[in-house]
Amino acid sequence: MSEAKIERKIDRSHMTVTDEVAIQITAMNKWFGTFHVLRDINLTVNRGERIVIAGPSGSGKSTLIRCINRLEEHQSGQIIVDGTELTSDLKNIDKVRSEVGMVFQHFNLFPHLTILENLTLAPIWVRKVPKKEADEVAMYYLEKVKIPEQALKYPGQLSGGQQQRVAIARSLCMKPRIMLFDEPTSALDPEMIKEVLDTMIELAEEGMTMICVTHEMGFAQAVANRVIFMDQGQIVEQNEPYEFFNNPQSERTKLFLSQILGH
Amino acid sequence: MAEHRTAAFVRTEMLPEKAPPVSEVGIIRWLRENLFSGPLNTVLTFMGLFIIYFMIKEYSPWLRHSVWNAASVGECRDIVTAKYGEGATGACWAIIRDRWNMFMFGFYPRELYWRPTLALGLLIFAAAPVLFSESRMIRMWVLGVVSVFLMVAFPGLGVPNGDTALLAVLLVAMLAAAWARPWALLWLTAIYPGLAVWMLWGGSVWGPTLAMAGFVIGWAAWLATRRLGTILSVGAAVLVPVLWWLFGIAPVQAFLDAGLPFAIEGVRSEKFGGFVLALTIGVAGIALSLPMGVVLALARRSDMLLVKALAVGFIEFIRGVPLISLLFVASLLLNYFLPPGTNFDIILRVIIMVTMFAAAYIAEVVRGGLAALPRGQYEAADSLGLDYWKAQRLIILPQALKISIPGIVSTFIGLFKDTTLVVFVGLLDPLKGITDSVRASFEWKGAYWEPYIFVGCIFFIFNFSMSRYSMYLERRLHRDHE
Amino acid sequence: MAIASEPPKHGFRLSQLLYDTRYRSMTIQVVVMMMFMAFAAWLVDNTVSNLAARGKDFNFGFLGVRSGYDIGQRLIAYDSDSTHARAMLVGLLNTLLVSFLGCIVATVIGVFVGVLRLSKNWLVARLMTIYVEIFRNVPVLLWILIILAVFTEAAPLPNAFKEGGDASMMLFDSIAVTNRYTAVPDPLFSRSLGNIDIGIFLISSDLLALIAAIVAGWYARRIVLRRATFVQNATGERPVTWWKSAALLILPGVLTLWALGFHLGYPSLQGFNFTGGINVSNAFMSLWLALSLYTGAFIAEIVRSGVMAISHGQTEAAYALGLRPGRTMNLVILPQALRVIIPPLISQFLNLTKNSSLAIATGYLDLRGTLGGITLNQTGRELETVLLMMLIYLVLSLMISGAMNIYNASVKLKER
Repeated sequence: MSEAKIERKIDRSHMTVTDEVAIQITAMNKWFGTFHVLRDINLTVNRGERIVIAGPSGSGKSTLIRCINRLEEHQSGQIIVDGTELTSDLKNIDKVRSEVGMVFQHFNLFPHLTILENLTLAPIWVRKVPKKEADEVAMYYLEKVKIPEQALKYPGQLSGGQQQRVAIARSLCMKPRIMLFDEPTSALDPEMIKEVLDTMIELAEEGMTMICVTHEMGFAQAVANRVIFMDQGQIVEQNEPYEFFNNPQSERTKLFLSQILGH
Repeated sequence: MAEHRTAAFVRTEMLPEKAPPVSEVGIIRWLRENLFSGPLNTVLTFMGLFIIYFMIKEYSPWLRHSVWNAASVGECRDIVTAKYGEGATGACWAIIRDRWNMFMFGFYPRELYWRPTLALGLLIFAAAPVLFSESRMIRMWVLGVVSVFLMVAFPGLGVPNGDTALLAVLLVAMLAAAWARPWALLWLTAIYPGLAVWMLWGGSVWGPTLAMAGFVIGWAAWLATRRLGTILSVGAAVLVPVLWWLFGIAPVQAFLDAGLPFAIEGVRSEKFGGFVLALTIGVAGIALSLPMGVVLALARRSDMLLVKALAVGFIEFIRGVPLISLLFVASLLLNYFLPPGTNFDIILRVIIMVTMFAAAYIAEVVRGGLAALPRGQYEAADSLGLDYWKAQRLIILPQALKISIPGIVSTFIGLFKDTTLVVFVGLLDPLKGITDSVRASFEWKGAYWEPYIFVGCIFFIFNFSMSRYSMYLERRLHRDHE
Repeated sequence: MAIASEPPKHGFRLSQLLYDTRYRSMTIQVVVMMMFMAFAAWLVDNTVSNLAARGKDFNFGFLGVRSGYDIGQRLIAYDSDSTHARAMLVGLLNTLLVSFLGCIVATVIGVFVGVLRLSKNWLVARLMTIYVEIFRNVPVLLWILIILAVFTEAAPLPNAFKEGGDASMMLFDSIAVTNRYTAVPDPLFSRSLGNIDIGIFLISSDLLALIAAIVAGWYARRIVLRRATFVQNATGERPVTWWKSAALLILPGVLTLWALGFHLGYPSLQGFNFTGGINVSNAFMSLWLALSLYTGAFIAEIVRSGVMAISHGQTEAAYALGLRPGRTMNLVILPQALRVIIPPLISQFLNLTKNSSLAIATGYLDLRGTLGGITLNQTGRELETVLLMMLIYLVLSLMISGAMNIYNASVKLKER
């Protein structure tokens, strides 16, 4: 397992967890056909939390966060995001989706639009922001992810790491209150992982509520306030990072940690 | 173990570039590689050379002895015999020269030739924002050539005196607009359908105007009901114009014609023929079939079983029968299907059928493009909160249509070729309808090859350039986004 | 940690019909259904009142009535006393005949030209490109008309073939192209098995025997090849099979022909016309040739792009593994290329079948010419004849595309 070193000093001044509940998942189950992918998930995420979800592939961790903005539909239980329950009501779904940003493993930038257009598309069409303002916001976030000079290029002309940073900026332009990351660094070459992780750390330092499916344990140790370990569609263990890595309780967790950190 | 010794080596001087051996350069190499690289290739080369030789030997005298100026087939033959001796053959292009107007306009009134010509010229202006928006140089070249051509052609085409100057001013104004901004001519694109119908068929200006107004009304209905949700507003935007077209136009037009009569000389559909007819049907079919095909493709990929079933049924039915049978439906059966007493224009009926035919094919092409898009694009659009129609319009369709360009253009080429089939429902297409009626005259009896070759060449030029344009477009889009 | 507020609970509201994903699609479908039913009802209502206004009814009884017209080329017994239904059948068989022969010739031309376009020979590749571009970009109707004109205008009269005439027959005096028909040899069987009457028409037993022999040979060949693979799997050595396989492909057919006493009846000029062979109408010849040449150009493109779609890397990988070019072609390139080629190829067959309705331009009496032509005009029943004709074409097309779907499914299964 390639492991990007987190070298920088992390500013924890804004990383405060509040009492306000951001996401509440209660007794949630999901099946793909007859396959029970998520089993009785209970999870409460408070505003300002930075959660890393780890686990072997096929453990349901991606499906879990995809349920949070309804890219997947859960079949029983309850998901409440920012006080809005995810039901089959389209208005609620639209509301949740515009509050929650999502970053994908394969970036999913729109290849026919320039970087700037990728960033301004949703603000203009969903939030109805005037174009000029949307452009300004987009440039602000491009500066933040440190690639303002690429604004007029097309996604195909950028490296993988740059594309993923654009994808993060694209989500940020919608001013989300919660960010979901679905294995954001898995499709990247080793030398590009660090630049994406740095962007994510900066986001954490500003107090963003984040749920992150990743295998980057260095990131988990440095940034997360909670690590969740999933296996076979259920939450097996959750703890604060130091305890999680140094004093795992469950046998499954120990085995998993020895496999990814062992050598 | 003995240590393996490696002789150390350091290059102190870099080697200069040298020319390749003689057998690897120049024409000799090219010939060897491309024509005589083996026994089989050599045989093929000689066969190819023989075919070329045979073609030249057989047909070049006929072409070289071409006659451009004569009044009948007999006169052509006499000229060839007089010039090249007994038994010589020669092409008689004089038939094209003599019946040029017939090939181009059919039986369209001679003094109104300028109207279809202007409509065609304006078509290119109207298409400029869509087709040549990228490069100002190409845009100005195309439009400039069209304008010059129109100005040169007008005096011979019966433009009423004084109007030539008016048209010149109009053309210059449009050229200036096109020079300034690629989108400046978009207003022309918007009104072009109504304008073209009016130019071609003539009559009261109010008919086409009010028909076009239906779109404005639909847009207004959409704006007015937008707050009520997408489905309702789309429904209103479809329903209100349909009601307008069915029931609103007739009384309003009667009122306007009485109060503000403004009409030009009308031309009936039976007078249409030749390339005016082929282009009218072809262009209308192309313009209408693309949106219809896209809607069908979306319907076919819908999750809704019924919508999908209807789309599949329509597409498979249309693709399963020959176009000719659909044209028969247009000419024979539509009279049964429409309310008693309706009797609308044969060209319009044919356009409807041709459009449906092409739309079914385009739907399949676009469906392929939609299927080729990665799922991630849909998910990204969803996660940003775009609804179905916005996601389709802004994310999915632009990419799917881009992938589908080659297929769409070859469908268009097919459609344009198929316009020749209208001869079988009694319209005068350039290929069979016009050539038959030219041959029916005493002077040009028995002239087969020249009209066919001429019409074939024109079709070839149109279609070949369409396919080259699509290849250019494909390359450009490919380059842009990489 | 705080407790999340209970989500608000509501009963069913009307707006849920539009904004609830569970009901939304149902709502839309119900609306679409109602619109579709209304449209269909409107069409039917119009048709009924139009028919009533013209004093017509809608029935297919005319199919049983005497047709009263002749059909020049027919595969089954027919005369002017036969019914319209039989005329329709003759037309359908004529459609099938020209489509079938057209598909075969078009495929041969297409494969040949497609491969030559890929050849390294610059001159031949260019010539083939010219052929493809010229034929693809010009309406098929033009090719039909030109080829028809070649036959009717440029070919000699039959009696120009008499001794001392200026025309000569082709292929060892077996084929004569005249301006009215093309005289070709007639296949005859001296030990014929006769015909089988299947109720509607007669089928030649000789033809059935020939087909059966060829199919049996084909199956025998498959068994031989499978056995060779079996031996190869067991021992690593593949037995030499090419002569067995060639013999099994050729011999059964040849032997059956010999057993049936096959010989050709050559056409010869008797008076003003050819007799002894078959005189194929130029209407058929020009339609067949034009459709073949036109569709062949499209098939050439399909073959070319199919082979090009297999990346160069596949060939290199096969070579790097030590496979010889022939084996590389058979084991690596062709299986993949066919997967790309066959679906569009079949849709070209479909197009050719539909384009055969352009027989209208030559006067060849196919389904359109009989049912949708003379029968329509004689009985005045446009609605019935045109609908029936479309239905038959539709069934034909669905059968062809059904075959394509079966093929696609079988290829897909192999992918997994």
